[in-house]
Amino acid sequence: MSDKPIIIEDETPKAQSPFSEAWGMFRRNHAALVALFVLAVIVFMAIFGPLLYPTDPFEMVWAPFSPPGQEGFLLGTDYLGRDLLAMVINGAKVSLLIGLAAALVSIFIGVSIGALAGFYRGWVEELLMRITEFFQVLPTLLFSMVIVALFGASLPMITLAIGIVSWTAVARITRSEFLRIRELEYVMAARACGVSNTRLMFGVILPNALPPIIVQSALMVGSAILFEAGLSFLGLTDPNVVSWGQIIGSNRQYILDASYTVTIPGVAIFITVLAISLVGDGLNDALNPKLRQR
Amino acid sequence: MALLEVENLRIELTTRDGTAPVIDDLSFTLEAEETLSFVGESGCGKSMTALALMGLLPEGIGRVAGGHIRFNGEELTTATPARLREIRGNDISMIFQEPMTSLNPVFTVGEQIAEVLRAHQGLSRSAAWDQAVELLDAVRIPNPKGRAGDYPFQMSGGQRQRAMIAIALACQPKILIADEPTTALDVTVQAQIFDLLRDLRRQTGTSIIMITHDMGAVAEMAERMIVMYAGRQAEIGPVEQIIDHARHPYTQGLISCVPHIQAVLTDDRPNLVEVPGIVPSLREFGKDQCLFASRCAHVTQTCLDARPPQKAFSAGQIADCWHAEAF
Repeated sequence: MSDKPIIIEDETPKAQSPFSEAWGMFRRNHAALVALFVLAVIVFMAIFGPLLYPTDPFEMVWAPFSPPGQEGFLLGTDYLGRDLLAMVINGAKVSLLIGLAAALVSIFIGVSIGALAGFYRGWVEELLMRITEFFQVLPTLLFSMVIVALFGASLPMITLAIGIVSWTAVARITRSEFLRIRELEYVMAARACGVSNTRLMFGVILPNALPPIIVQSALMVGSAILFEAGLSFLGLTDPNVVSWGQIIGSNRQYILDASYTVTIPGVAIFITVLAISLVGDGLNDALNPKLRQR
Repeated sequence: MALLEVENLRIELTTRDGTAPVIDDLSFTLEAEETLSFVGESGCGKSMTALALMGLLPEGIGRVAGGHIRFNGEELTTATPARLREIRGNDISMIFQEPMTSLNPVFTVGEQIAEVLRAHQGLSRSAAWDQAVELLDAVRIPNPKGRAGDYPFQMSGGQRQRAMIAIALACQPKILIADEPTTALDVTVQAQIFDLLRDLRRQTGTSIIMITHDMGAVAEMAERMIVMYAGRQAEIGPVEQIIDHARHPYTQGLISCVPHIQAVLTDDRPNLVEVPGIVPSLREFGKDQCLFASRCAHVTQTCLDARPPQKAFSAGQIADCWHAEAF
């Protein structure tokens, strides 16, 4: 028997803030953790890649269709003899930027419409939800093609076109959250304190409605990147910037002779979108209280 | 002039079965620094009265169909939404039944109090925070500096109700409406909350309207009480006098069903009795008869034929019962 007294550590457990609690849940999803790392690498490449590998993606540097690994070109050259590695690196920036910006546009539209519909109910809700349904049944790719074809294939217009066709899911999620939360007691308590409607919507209800909106937004960045790839594959893109979809589109005639010119940017898109989806899944674990018990 | 005057208030709810008067011809006054208590079972219109005073009747369902609410002489039933919003918080505040759910879960308690202070008193961020800490101290939360940074889920039920009271007091209201403030709390915490409310009233001179179904709470807190039944006033008067000699059989029922711990049943304290039956459904509200008749032991034909008149007794005690003199 040891004669040392047992010391009970007097340590009041410090409760976690919601943020650190969410991070704790996120960390338990290993796939999401790996995906977050991959995503960080891709973002790093998009920002600093052009500085570290300063080859001009539009310049003809070598003979066309040089397979990967030959003559010092890691990923080979495309049908015009341009360096594919430089193109993939430079394309990352555009793909990510458009994905992010388009997601922001659709969040802005979706949250505004969903919040107004869920908060005010009545004819406002009726009108806004009919508009939402109208946008929901439009064939999205066709509609965005029409917008880009009409107003020109500049990056802002492509971003806007993608945002305009994909906000409906956010609007519906936001509305349903608002419908649920507006009836809760703390909203009534805030009303009883004389809080104005605008503050109720954006200062009281919206912060509580955020978790599902954040998850949906993360997934939307992925689908927006896919959307952009689809549009630029069809040639609806700014010819003066490189994006992954555009590389695939411009090389598609040579898919049988030099499949790597199409495969490599395709893999880049695949990895990025998969990483974003997995991170979104991790966010869902972290922010959805119903899954906390697992 | 009384601080708050309610005159012949009638509130109608529109339901699938049609329109029903959930508050039918209710009149009362509230003086400054007075505590008035509303008593009655669930569904008698107590909370509706509170919501009507705040201008927070459920939109599209409830409406003021008649009568007046005057606050400091100002008519509230016809006030604009903007004016009502100004009065809410600044002049009339409310604390709710469920301390577990009436705080916003994503902000710290200190932030929520400071938010109200900033909105109503125009304080700067840091001044509002300092005052929020002071308010938490005033409602006797230990270590207020540290606890101000806590989220609601980190607090116990009693502490949350204290925090709610701090928010309600942040605007220094003239009237504090407490809608069953202790129903969700255990007995010792109840006593602490009552102590706190009493002290705060003494310090700030706030009038309190307390809504409850607990006769013990009424006896402890209020000077005057209104017993509500099925949307109507059953009895009104000074608390001590009513508890001593209730003139309405419903009040008598409510009083006799408060348990007292006693080993031996004596003549003074007979068996614990209940009020048989339940509150009539909304469809029955507004009928020209005594609505309590179906549950009353003393019912006669008169009770079923016409609505009972208000019979006044000494010291402002009024009972709405045909046989009030007999009790």
